[in-house]
Amino acid sequence: MPGPLLTMRDIVKTFPGVRALDGVTFDVNAGEVHALVGENGAGKSTLMKILAGAQPADSGEITIDGKTVTIDGPKTAERFGIGMIYQEFNLVPDLGVIENIVLGVEPRRGLFLDRAAAAAEAAKVLGELGIALPLDRKARRLSVAQQQLTEIAKCLVRKARLIVMDEPTAALTEREITALFALIAKLKAQNVAFVYISHRLEELPRIADRVTVLRDGRAIETRAMAQMPPDDLIRLMVGRALENHFPELPPVAPDAAVVLDVRGVSAASGVRVNDVAFQVHAGEIVGLAGLVGAGRTEIVRAIAGADIPTKGEIRIDGKRVVVRSPRSAIAAGIALITEDRKAQGLVLGMTVRENTTLAHLAQFERGIFIDKPAETSVANAEIAELRIRTPSAEQVVRNLSGGNQQKVVLAKWLIGHARVFLFDEPTRGIDVGAKAEIYALMVELLKHGAAIVMVSSELPEVLGMSHRVLVVRGGEVRADFARGEATPDKVIAVATGVAA
Amino acid sequence: MAGDKVPQAAEKAQVTAEMAARADDAAAKNRRAATIRTTAIVVGFIALLYVVNVLAHGDLLRPGNITNVLRQITVNAIMAVGQTFVIITAGIDLSVGSLIALTGVVMAQIANALPFSGAGNFAVTLLVGLAVGCAAGYVNALPVVRLGLPPFITTLAMMQVARGLAFILAHGQPIPLKNSAPFDWLGTGYLFPGLLGLPGIPYAVLVMAVVVIVFFVLLARTAYGRYVLALGGNEEAARLAGVDTVRVKTLVYVISGGCAAVAGLLLMSRFASGAPQNGTGYELQAIAAVVVGGTSLMGGRGTIVGTFFGALLIGVLNNVMNLLHVESYTQLIVLGVVILLAVVLDELRKRYLAAR
Repeated sequence: MPGPLLTMRDIVKTFPGVRALDGVTFDVNAGEVHALVGENGAGKSTLMKILAGAQPADSGEITIDGKTVTIDGPKTAERFGIGMIYQEFNLVPDLGVIENIVLGVEPRRGLFLDRAAAAAEAAKVLGELGIALPLDRKARRLSVAQQQLTEIAKCLVRKARLIVMDEPTAALTEREITALFALIAKLKAQNVAFVYISHRLEELPRIADRVTVLRDGRAIETRAMAQMPPDDLIRLMVGRALENHFPELPPVAPDAAVVLDVRGVSAASGVRVNDVAFQVHAGEIVGLAGLVGAGRTEIVRAIAGADIPTKGEIRIDGKRVVVRSPRSAIAAGIALITEDRKAQGLVLGMTVRENTTLAHLAQFERGIFIDKPAETSVANAEIAELRIRTPSAEQVVRNLSGGNQQKVVLAKWLIGHARVFLFDEPTRGIDVGAKAEIYALMVELLKHGAAIVMVSSELPEVLGMSHRVLVVRGGEVRADFARGEATPDKVIAVATGVAA
Repeated sequence: MAGDKVPQAAEKAQVTAEMAARADDAAAKNRRAATIRTTAIVVGFIALLYVVNVLAHGDLLRPGNITNVLRQITVNAIMAVGQTFVIITAGIDLSVGSLIALTGVVMAQIANALPFSGAGNFAVTLLVGLAVGCAAGYVNALPVVRLGLPPFITTLAMMQVARGLAFILAHGQPIPLKNSAPFDWLGTGYLFPGLLGLPGIPYAVLVMAVVVIVFFVLLARTAYGRYVLALGGNEEAARLAGVDTVRVKTLVYVISGGCAAVAGLLLMSRFASGAPQNGTGYELQAIAAVVVGGTSLMGGRGTIVGTFFGALLIGVLNNVMNLLHVESYTQLIVLGVVILLAVVLDELRKRYLAAR
């Protein structure tokens, strides 16, 4: 038997503060579908970016056909027959299918593009696989499945022998998934290999030959898919005992009033939110667990008026509030601490002071003027309270570290009188010390009677920092676990669709 | 990150104190550096003016010439002030040159049609002009805030429409004021003429000063100004912080249109007529003043004081070249180079600061 098509050996990659890959070894045989699974942040994307030449590894070795190679850029990866299909497709929206397929490798005649040759080449690749695509249509008018087929054709025109697919079925219908799997099987027969990254564990037995589980930057185990029951898979993914760096959550008083009451809310921006209902009591944290793209962010955005709910009712302290914009939500006492602080939480070019007061500037108006000394003293108080490491309140927030930026976002909402705090991935990308401080702050808010909803993709965090855990899939709440009942296996099972 | 390490309790107080001391130190150093820089720029500028003054046989710094330069920049400075608000939101207003013509023509017709003269005539004329300018700004803003169209397009369209409208209303001819008396003070009048043997201050310059100060205060000292800057820096973050982004954005175009109307009034008063061909190309002059004044076309950053000095710099440069008898074609080249240079220097300064 010949050796593997690809071997990645002892791959190490360190980012500031994080060891993203800690000596991962991984191989793929020709004509095989090798599934790569793991929690968010386990290192799947980083490993594949290194393979695609998008990022260099710190150390480690890559061999293709037994020969050691250096992949120093996307072009090199392409030359070695590696094709990447990211979750966000890389098509040019205003070019047609043919132009997209041959983009960068266009056949030429002298100075000119040879359109006929390009069309012939595209038709040949598609014809061999029996794929029907509207060749003249612009990419932006294709369905998601058609765009994906275009991406696959793109790889094949480049003579790819190994295709990496990242969450290929996330946006497909069941019929499209079946068609995709049939296509993959056909390509396997032609000796094309696949690395198949997916959170949908239930579909892996249908498609994968082997599976490798990544956890915390290490390859924990590689097995034949047939010998990997779902329970084992989940156990391997979650693995570690929950690290106990979470503060003691004060219990919710038995007579605590309902602060946030969400009744049948639906919304239609991004992932469709369908008929979501739950209650949060004073002094309670409700965690929203689920996979990326499950609709958790969309749920909190609808509550906060960032997207406008199409249906349903939101009550605060028993009173119905009409949420038509972030403005009206803030007035009703709802604070949304967004997931992406750079894009949504902060004005990076403004100072700590200006960002801190932005949402409550009316409090600082004296006549028509802003009372800057008052702003400064409030900002300084927050800097001290949250231990924001900044030279002064006049520092531009772009120059702060991620954890300190996140604290500025928190400061912005703490100076108001919010009753409900919606935290969306509050600790993403920040260091352990800052994480602990943010948890402590949440506990502090609870003591003042706040109601907290926390979206988090880190399972230990959801389990460790919630009184109740709601599991979200497909924009709906699928399970509601009390603190004691919520185990990693149960939550993952519901989130991935293994259990109902 | 070593600097981010959580200190042990025992060391904490000391570390905090050290950090504070270091912060104070850094702040003081920054202030010193800023003072030195400002002083250097001012001294350099004065020295340059002195040299040019000698070359121009003392004409440059003659009081008459100084008031002349200030009067010449009034129209551009006022337009540029309004334009600054638009550009801070990462927009652009190409319609202001045409709005000068449109408001000028409308105001001349109103002034001629009113049955009364004096201050009442002036006041009504001004209000109508402002209404036309602000309404045009509102129309500019609508497709931008409702449909997300690029302001380049909507204001380009308004530039054509307003110009065409001005020509139609005026039948292609300048409309002379039948009675220019209510407007003469603004067009050619001086405050304190002859005082201390000086020519006095042109009223037009006073109007410019008022506009600059009012909008300086609005941008730098009020919540609205803060929202304009925040929206320009990160519109989504501003929206999620509860800023009424639609209203804030609409108002910047209304402000720009209103400023164009004031500029139109100055021009009409000076010539005692409203001409439909007035203001052609002025929008680019205003944009140049804003950009030279350090406002970022990417939005989020800019000051009214900077814009004023941008307009002043361009005005002084024009004046100097006239005094030195530089040919007018050459003047265009020099101006173009200066605009580019100003922005290049600003970019290099930013990179230097970021790299530190």
